[in-house]
Amino acid sequence: MSEDVAGSLPTPEDVLPNVPEGAPLLEVKDLKKYFPLTQGILFKKTIGHVRAVDGVNVSLRRGETLGLVGESGCGKSTVSKLLVALEKPSDGQILYKGKDVAKMGGRALKQYRREVQIIFQDPYASLNPRMTVGDIVAEGWSVHADIAPRKGRLQRTQELMDRVGLNPDFVNRYPHQFSGGQRQRIGIARALALQPEVIICDEPVSALDVSVQAQVVNLLEDLQDDFGLSYLFIAHDLSVVRHISDRVAVMYLGSIVEQGTASQVYGSPSHPYTQALLSSVPVHQPALRGLKERILLQGDVPSPANPPSGCRFRTRCWKAQDICAVEPPALVDRGQGHPSACHFAEAREVVPVDVE
Amino acid sequence: MTILPTPAPAPWGSAGAAPLLDVEDLHVEFRTRSGVVNAVNGVSYTLAEGETLAILGESGSGKSVSAQAIMGILDSPPAEITGGKIWFEGRDLLTLPAEEQRLVRGPGISMIFQDALSSLNPVYSVGFQIGEMFRAHRGTSRKEAKQKAIELMDRVRIPAAAQRVNDYPHQFSGGMRQRVMIAMAIALDPRILIADEPTTALDVTVQAQVMDLLKDLQRDTGMGLVLITHDLGVVNEVADNVAVMYAGRIVERGTVTDVFSNPGHPYTEGLMSSVPQVESDGGRLVPITGQPPNLSAIPSGCPFHPRCPRRRLGAQALPGRDCAGDVPPLRLVVPGREAACHYSEEVLGV
Repeated sequence: MSEDVAGSLPTPEDVLPNVPEGAPLLEVKDLKKYFPLTQGILFKKTIGHVRAVDGVNVSLRRGETLGLVGESGCGKSTVSKLLVALEKPSDGQILYKGKDVAKMGGRALKQYRREVQIIFQDPYASLNPRMTVGDIVAEGWSVHADIAPRKGRLQRTQELMDRVGLNPDFVNRYPHQFSGGQRQRIGIARALALQPEVIICDEPVSALDVSVQAQVVNLLEDLQDDFGLSYLFIAHDLSVVRHISDRVAVMYLGSIVEQGTASQVYGSPSHPYTQALLSSVPVHQPALRGLKERILLQGDVPSPANPPSGCRFRTRCWKAQDICAVEPPALVDRGQGHPSACHFAEAREVVPVDVE
Repeated sequence: MTILPTPAPAPWGSAGAAPLLDVEDLHVEFRTRSGVVNAVNGVSYTLAEGETLAILGESGSGKSVSAQAIMGILDSPPAEITGGKIWFEGRDLLTLPAEEQRLVRGPGISMIFQDALSSLNPVYSVGFQIGEMFRAHRGTSRKEAKQKAIELMDRVRIPAAAQRVNDYPHQFSGGMRQRVMIAMAIALDPRILIADEPTTALDVTVQAQVMDLLKDLQRDTGMGLVLITHDLGVVNEVADNVAVMYAGRIVERGTVTDVFSNPGHPYTEGLMSSVPQVESDGGRLVPITGQPPNLSAIPSGCPFHPRCPRRRLGAQALPGRDCAGDVPPLRLVVPGREAACHYSEEVLGV
């Protein structure tokens, strides 16, 4: 947390340098997070580690949306927690505007925490039921007082509520008086209040009904255009991710297996896991029903406490050969147009092309 | 619920083309301290042998409550079935005494739920719980029941069934737990399987496995499948027919191909355009404005009219077809398609 004493307001000028156009705003280098597995009651002995995140490299540019997809347990939510510094990385670096977050302190860290905000999945659990909407949205300003002068705070709160599509008159209502979609808007207003550069969206629409989901997705897109925000959009719904993302990274068992623009990853997936994943998503157009080749994976995801040697996907992969057990494949372009962590990467169309 | 002493005769003639299940004008309400919640308001549908009927709707549309009414597992109070008939095997289930209802439903209709972990008892092995079906309904011995449990676990493709039969629910993954639930559901060869969001809690790759399994089982046994879901993709890939529910009513019904290619109700149309598809980048999503209605104060006339972009009120409306005043009945619009909209022909473009 910030070392600044409340009351001694820092000057509004930024401590962190602005990044040049085109350079990554947020860069993650070989990020790792191991959670210890312990045994014993009084004297805890570490008997192993769950490798939740094991060597993730991603970068996020200004105004860009990076989609991070994967199935439950692949480590995508741990990545989001690491990025907002709710968890400390075991290894690797998070660079924000070129500076290592782990080495930040004082004002730089405070600025980082202000500029990188998060929206959570569960709009019921992520809002304090005893605080009014106005208090929830304005809470960040008690730490970052330079953002909103004390006098105009109520008005600013109401502007924010209006911006995210909530009735500003409801400023004194409590979270339980709102529906799920409206609560998610409160969470978005809270993130916006601190004028962030980056918003980590951790499954922001998964808990919402489909008709409301589209409203929130559109709101996020509008806010991005208006404020030049960058999103790291974490979700398991591949359709939503395709819709909202500029670039997509696919995670499996703690590491990224494929990365590229949305049309590269969805149009010509080259990692067997991406292919299997995409082939499992049901299509919506009756004309495409049954046209899709279904790749059914064998077995379950291995335990991240004891991942397979070499390529993590080899235990379920139909292409696996001897080399896969020995050498972990690097995430590089092997001639298929975008990086893929497979020794035998080969682009293949899995999702049938839109007929319209 | 009113219990009549004599079972009513079957509404249809010979057994030949008779539907397996015939729900007629079902009404369910919840009587709570803060008022009456009208969860299901006149739902009718039929299910034929080997048919997969998808009930599509958002939360609060009454899709689960109507299924729970069929299964007889509504908590009463507060729930109350205030009207309607549920015909199964020539009898109206709602008029049967409780014990007879159990004897008919037990082996005839079974149900699987979204959350397999909370549907299983954590302190009994899965083999014991699957075998319970045989012990309770067939009086099978424990040993034999366990043997049958192993056979069923094999049938739902749980690997190494004989070794895993004594394992407890927490030792299984989400997909495997749902398979255990399916094993219990198909144990007595039911005629009807109601699946309430069976794959919502599962990852897509596992969802594909479970849906494949359900389809294969249906092909083998010819059972009717009622699939309750909010996922349009699942409906498109699995179901034959679809009934779209909104505010406790069916607003559109037809074959999946017809309904999805050319929706006949503005709500269905709105759903289709608000969901991103994996097969296209698509343009901007067009959401349905507003919120789903509060079921204790359902809007007058067409319950969808406050959110409907095609609504016609007052002078704009045709006589007797004011969206805010006249409740649109579910009517046949074109052959094979029913919709509850005054202006469905316009929506369909016919």
